[in-house]
Amino acid sequence: MNEYTYPIILGILVGTALRVFMLRTDYRQYPTYLHGKIIHLSLGFIAAALGTIAIPSIMEKEFTAVTFLTLAASQFREVRNMERNTLTEMDSYELVPRGNTYIEGIAVAFESRNYLVIFTSFVVTLCYLALNVWVALGAAIVCFLLSGMLMSGSKLSDIVTVEEKAISFDGAGLYVDNIYIMNIGLPERQEEIMKYGMGFVLTPKEFSVRSTIANLGQRQAILHDVSVTLGVFRDSGTPALVPLIKRDLNDGRIGVFILPQEKDSKRAKEIIEHVPVLENAIQMPSRKGRRNHS
Amino acid sequence: MKMEKAILAAVTTEDDRVHGSAAVFKCDTKEEMEAIAANLEAILDGIAHALSDQLYIIVKH
Repeated sequence: MNEYTYPIILGILVGTALRVFMLRTDYRQYPTYLHGKIIHLSLGFIAAALGTIAIPSIMEKEFTAVTFLTLAASQFREVRNMERNTLTEMDSYELVPRGNTYIEGIAVAFESRNYLVIFTSFVVTLCYLALNVWVALGAAIVCFLLSGMLMSGSKLSDIVTVEEKAISFDGAGLYVDNIYIMNIGLPERQEEIMKYGMGFVLTPKEFSVRSTIANLGQRQAILHDVSVTLGVFRDSGTPALVPLIKRDLNDGRIGVFILPQEKDSKRAKEIIEHVPVLENAIQMPSRKGRRNHS
Repeated sequence: MKMEKAILAAVTTEDDRVHGSAAVFKCDTKEEMEAIAANLEAILDGIAHALSDQLYIIVKH
């Protein structure tokens, strides 16, 4: 026991608790299994330890010790690779895949959460050693709130309006509102689609949103989330029954065609509205224009 | 080279309109054509698209 013991214990505890707080298994069902959780909790613990140890090292004038933070950075980049590989492997067996953009988003989130843990442990230990335990606990609460804020990205309802629209056939062509989706030849497939299918139109609220919802990864994320939550009327041998999203080239609206097992339009609308806007899909073409004019 | 899309088979009631390397199934009636297209769709894991009332193609996507 020395003067650093309690600050170190507190830093590690707060960091690990933060990782637990951010490790929520939600409707996306990831990570579901116990082993996946253990991996992330252990890495969170290591991250917390690294962040905590940095402060006593500096105080003991062991400045070179800080370089092991770079080791942590490369370690956690490996976490991102691990998540990406696992999810990509699993994705080929999904009836409606997540898509690479969504996977990349999840992998980046896993990596960045570890950095938030390092930062939190760092700040908490610093406050404890420089001031006192109460300030440290206050800093922990602030860090929790900050992490909660940083981790919740925007939802689709922030950038588009979602409306349910009728699906219809014009000959063999399937339409959602007036947006062409695909060609379905067989009458029995058409009947199934009319029976189980649902259509939604997403209208962008502003111009720069158009390219975000046009992103193929973002579209796949919508289809995946809806299919996971409401089920999907499809099997491996029926490629004609596939949920699809197509774009109206004239005004940038997108037509979402889904085949839910549970035909509940209110719920489906809610789910589409809550689909996360993928970081990698966000583009801001309007920023460019503004800078040119000023 | 990976083929993204390919016509696996054509099912038609008008034989003289389809030629080429894909398998062509000649049918007498529209019902027969639909039945064969439905079977081929399941077997080939492709989608039956209607180009006209007389012609279906099975496409691998």
